[in-house]
Amino acid sequence: MSENAKLPPLPVGTFVERAVTWSRKNLFDGWFNTLLTIGSIAFLLWLIPPLIQWGIVNATLAPTIEGCAEVTGACWGFVNANLRLILFGTYPYEEQWRPLLAMIVLMGIICASLGGVKYPSVRKWIIPMWVVGVPIIAILMWGGVLGLTYVQNSYWGGLPLTLILSAIGIIFAFPFGLLLALGRQSNMPAIRTASVVYIEIIRGVPLITVLFMASVMFPLFLPDGVSIDKLLRAQIGIILFTAAYLAEVFRGGLQAVPRGQFEAGDSLALSYWQSMRLIILPQALRLVIPPTVNSFISMLKDTTLVVIIGLFDFLGTVKLALRSDPAWTKYYVEGYAFAAAIFFLICFSMAKYSAYLEKELRKGEQR
Amino acid sequence: MTVATETTTGAVPPPSEEDVIVVNKMNKWYGNFHVLKDIDLTVRKGERIVICGPSGSGKSTLIRTLNRLETYQSGEVTVNDILLGDDVKNIEAVRRDVCMVFQHFNLFPHMTVLENLTLAPIWVRKMPKKEANDLAMHYLERVRIAEQAHKFPGQLSGGQQQRVAIARSLCMQPKIMLFDEPTSALDPEMVKEVLDVMVELAKEGMTMLCVTHEMGFAKEVADRVIFMDAGQIVEMAGPKEFFDNPKSDRTKLFLSQILSH
Repeated sequence: MSENAKLPPLPVGTFVERAVTWSRKNLFDGWFNTLLTIGSIAFLLWLIPPLIQWGIVNATLAPTIEGCAEVTGACWGFVNANLRLILFGTYPYEEQWRPLLAMIVLMGIICASLGGVKYPSVRKWIIPMWVVGVPIIAILMWGGVLGLTYVQNSYWGGLPLTLILSAIGIIFAFPFGLLLALGRQSNMPAIRTASVVYIEIIRGVPLITVLFMASVMFPLFLPDGVSIDKLLRAQIGIILFTAAYLAEVFRGGLQAVPRGQFEAGDSLALSYWQSMRLIILPQALRLVIPPTVNSFISMLKDTTLVVIIGLFDFLGTVKLALRSDPAWTKYYVEGYAFAAAIFFLICFSMAKYSAYLEKELRKGEQR
Repeated sequence: MTVATETTTGAVPPPSEEDVIVVNKMNKWYGNFHVLKDIDLTVRKGERIVICGPSGSGKSTLIRTLNRLETYQSGEVTVNDILLGDDVKNIEAVRRDVCMVFQHFNLFPHMTVLENLTLAPIWVRKMPKKEANDLAMHYLERVRIAEQAHKFPGQLSGGQQQRVAIARSLCMQPKIMLFDEPTSALDPEMVKEVLDVMVELAKEGMTMLCVTHEMGFAKEVADRVIFMDAGQIVEMAGPKEFFDNPKSDRTKLFLSQILSH
């Protein structure tokens, strides 16, 4: 008997009885919760069935305007028919395997880096991977060597453009934001003032303005004959903009590290950069994983603004497809739903990864 | 330097004649607040000094100027014949030989105990990792905590953490150790384990400056006891004279307050 007493009590009753107990405790606990539960169920009943009717039951994948005209539901045929235009934009049709391959390489490096951070044996390959991978992507996209035809970057578009702008943006905005955050805390007045002025000016201006300045005003200041590529200008604009936001996120992290940690580093004769790299930043950055990923997600979505300076990112190519034939134009809901689904997939993965990373880093340190 | 001894009290080796710390007419202000007033202090190699005084008397600030965690505005502080001023090279040179143990331990929470200990030897002393690990294990054994080497600081008790902090300092093989109220943040039952380690260090001839209210420790190992009040050194004497026959009224008052309970 005493053996049994140590075991946790088994749930009593049949499945139905237990379900009733559970829902009493969790769903109908007081009049307010009961009201919320009933309201939510009613809302879902109103929303879900028609959505399934429209999106799946009455929908068609037939990639023709005629096929779409026959159904009452969603015309996924629009996406189906224009998939390559939506994914790759105006990149030459015959060469579209190149952006596809570039995208696969990029996703491969990203996944290997994110997944490999945990393992020291993989970690030392992350930087070499990027050093080799980025030129491969550049060669695939631009061409002009190894028998690949040259493709001007004004023809780039779609998902590869969005991913490249975001990935390169994160890679450069991260260290630049870090330097700005350290600069803002510096003992040297000139560096501190420069950092504060930069951060406050950039934060006080919308990204659209930064992109406009980069594309319209900036060339006016360049001497005749000198021109900087439009895509590069947009990329730099995104980096400069994101760095200012990241700087404030990192500053929050730096301030959250107790003063004693800085003093311990000093008293062990570590230099400023050694203390930062080995003691302060590992703690500060860990604290700000959620807001950092927040900034990355919002940057990824902000890359869609490059459409205003004439670059067709993933959202831009959806619009391009809608306009490609007047008959398709009325299927904008399907087009935008598809774009939204892809964006959601990317952003949700980032959010999930940040949650995983936090949990992973906290392991073993808990009391 | 080590003196073999079987007794537990008073068996500390006498300090040498060599001066390792010279503080000359040092003054420090926080804004208008005069924290340290005309401090003169000379510490000889192997000397053990206990600094006590009411809170806000500037005792912590004083020992923090000795490794430049605090700046000073006038006067001079010289450690191992190196002038502590704005020169970063000088500051780093002094810090390599002067280690500090803090009230709140200040261990690095994201590293294991062993990594805490090997960090500075590897990065500052450029020691190979294996050698640094051996050194760290040697000192962890000395503070009787070797079995905790692969835990994180957050998993240890306060007394254990402070012993790790002492071992971390020892791994730099310092010539001078500064203790800033090392037992003040500890639960009472853990004070002894930390003091025992400090007494052992004192008996091995380590030069120590210790801000503490542990008067038992002062009586047992100190060569000199300093009483500070309102930014000044009010009294400085050998422990026997200091406790049995204090000269200043402020010292008498302070001693009566802390010894009465």
